[in-house]
Amino acid sequence: MTGGPVPDPAGSPVDGPVARLAGLVGALRAHGFGIGTGETVDAGLALEAVGFADRGLMREALAATLLHGERQRPVFDRVFDLYFPATVTGDGTGLRGTGRQGDGDAGGDGGADLAGLRARIAEALAVGDTALLDRLAAEAVAGFGGYGSGPGTDGWSSHQTLSRLRPETLLARVRAARTAAGQDPAFTDRLLDDEIRRAIEGFRERVRTEARRRVAELRGRDEVARRAVAGTPDRVDFLLAGREQLDELRRTVRPLARKLATRLAARRRRAARGEIDLRRTLRGSLSTGGVPVRPVLRRRRPGRPELVLLCDVSGSVAGFAQFTMALVQALRDGFGRVRVFAFVNRVDEVTDLLAPGAVDPAGLGERILAEARLTGWHGQSDYGAALDGFVERYADALGPRTVVFVLGDARTNRADPRPESLRLIVDRARRVHWLNPEQPALWGTGDSVAPLYAELVDMRPCRNARQLGELIGRLLPV
Amino acid sequence: MTNGFFGSVDEVAERLAATGYLASPAIATTVFLADRLGKPLLVEGPAGVGKTQLAKAVTEATGARLIRLQCYEGVDEARALYEWNHAKQLLRITAGRGESWDETRTDIFSEEFLLPRPLLTAIRSEEPTVLLVDETDKADVEVEGLLLEVLGDFQVTVPELGTITATRRPFTVLTSNASRELSEALRRRCLFLHIGFPEEELERRIVTLKVPGLDASLAASVVRVVGALRAMRLRKVPSVAETIDWARTLLALGADRLDERVVRETLGVLLKHQDDIVRAGAELDLDAV
Repeated sequence: MTGGPVPDPAGSPVDGPVARLAGLVGALRAHGFGIGTGETVDAGLALEAVGFADRGLMREALAATLLHGERQRPVFDRVFDLYFPATVTGDGTGLRGTGRQGDGDAGGDGGADLAGLRARIAEALAVGDTALLDRLAAEAVAGFGGYGSGPGTDGWSSHQTLSRLRPETLLARVRAARTAAGQDPAFTDRLLDDEIRRAIEGFRERVRTEARRRVAELRGRDEVARRAVAGTPDRVDFLLAGREQLDELRRTVRPLARKLATRLAARRRRAARGEIDLRRTLRGSLSTGGVPVRPVLRRRRPGRPELVLLCDVSGSVAGFAQFTMALVQALRDGFGRVRVFAFVNRVDEVTDLLAPGAVDPAGLGERILAEARLTGWHGQSDYGAALDGFVERYADALGPRTVVFVLGDARTNRADPRPESLRLIVDRARRVHWLNPEQPALWGTGDSVAPLYAELVDMRPCRNARQLGELIGRLLPV
Repeated sequence: MTNGFFGSVDEVAERLAATGYLASPAIATTVFLADRLGKPLLVEGPAGVGKTQLAKAVTEATGARLIRLQCYEGVDEARALYEWNHAKQLLRITAGRGESWDETRTDIFSEEFLLPRPLLTAIRSEEPTVLLVDETDKADVEVEGLLLEVLGDFQVTVPELGTITATRRPFTVLTSNASRELSEALRRRCLFLHIGFPEEELERRIVTLKVPGLDASLAASVVRVVGALRAMRLRKVPSVAETIDWARTLLALGADRLDERVVRETLGVLLKHQDDIVRAGAELDLDAV
């Protein structure tokens, strides 16, 4: 990367900056960032240009050269903190030794420590001293985050640290400190609580960073960077995504839809050109002595494809279904007709709830559950009954131009799967795809009847937004 | 290859500040790198955080010349790169009656009949130049392909004239509001900078700088209220430009501290949708007292 000698960052003799940079890039690639060699070289040049003295500058330099979008920034920041940590735990066992709490028993002096630390954290939050907060987070993890006793079983836990420290309970104390300091004129007082809450959340993130850093020292950076850093939202497993992650996912619907629309348009253009019609080309070549001078292209059948979406919206897979509904709805322009049906154990049409303008993605799930009749006698999903009901009541939605997407995990709670209904749908529709948010290894386990349905339709695993984007882009009819 | 406008990151921040642009460390670092590595700078971020202003500030700080290409739907090669002056060519052909065709042809495809557009102008420029490609996301995909060629090697091929390579690379800034996803290939050739809303401290300094007459504690309150609004779920959250507007408004109204009435009456400066105003009013308890 450079001709001259490069000073060693953070005093780590084991690996130089080049190795660290390569490791960082490797970890980012593992998170799905498309970083080419050219950019890695640029990153090296950038590091050389800003020097190694200021960690903030290094972070910005690497971000400028390696990132392609703001969405990647949170992941980048976490990985950066692992490869270029602010501090390195000294070899002195002072901090470490006192911090070991073995079986989780805090003990008398541990409790006193805790109170003192909480007081200092409250103070730092009141003043808003970020450097001090970093140090306190380090102290907190050192003091209360350690578990296990021997090599291999020990580690550092941010969860344990935070549940002992309970920084969220410092709110009142910080508020008292800030109002006592007389910083606030009357009107802005009402903003104080939210501001403090944000500051506390910031502190929690500092603790998490610190715990990751310590675990990385213990287990090796590459491992932790790949596994302990949550990925970008489009790689979060639908079934494991929390509320916040689903919110974040929803924000990716529109960009994703835009991308898919472009891809679909390109496929349509290609399809419109058609393939060579061999029979007619050869027939035409007779007039030129058998030389096919003028290739004849097969005409494309006109008519826009229709789409039917059949979604399980019961608790476990609701996030997946909602995301997909919003996505397909955003792509609606490209199709003759899009109809969306939801079911738990009864099927009902929800196309109107998704109509343009009416879509408020955040409340979509509740609205569907509130306004559509999706459950009969009980609240558990029953694929057999739902498919049966669909064939009985909405068979008119199916036709030779219809492509059906079924979304769900095929866990039918031991009810009769009634594959004959699905077979009927397959016969009527042009094509049926089943997107299953579970990984294939789990198909057929417990109450899953996925293998049975998979015999009839093309079933594919679809576990995160990235996979969904790829599948939809490929499977949507043109 | 590099311009060498700046010697260090701190120098960037200082010289930009001297022009009235307070740069965050991220902005200063990236500008420094763009200058040092000679790569174009892709700036993204919400409207009104000073993306275009950054290019202007760099121009002013370095005493360079600003060349601006405003992108819009339908902007094409003839608008962005170069065009032949057809009318003049016709005149030349008519005037040169009796000449052989070869003579005419070599003549009418010479410099004299070339109309350089922003990209070509920037590449041919001998003096230090800042090239601003504004709202890149508004342009069509074809123009992006054109930009790839121009920004990758800083050279342009005019079939009749040959390849023109930049003698000194212009400091290039592309801005985007992300109304369309720019291609990965274009992003790859650029340094990426996202300008978000500034930190509280920085925004307070910006407000104080732009609205000099404003009381310091009032400026602090203004920034805190704006910060609270940004944390709400609004259709359009206020940007730095709106913060400054609001501060100016308060100054003009002669308000020396914030209270319910003042905020309620001037909320329209910050928020541009009626439902946002209603929601913000409810969350800030404006009607409670």
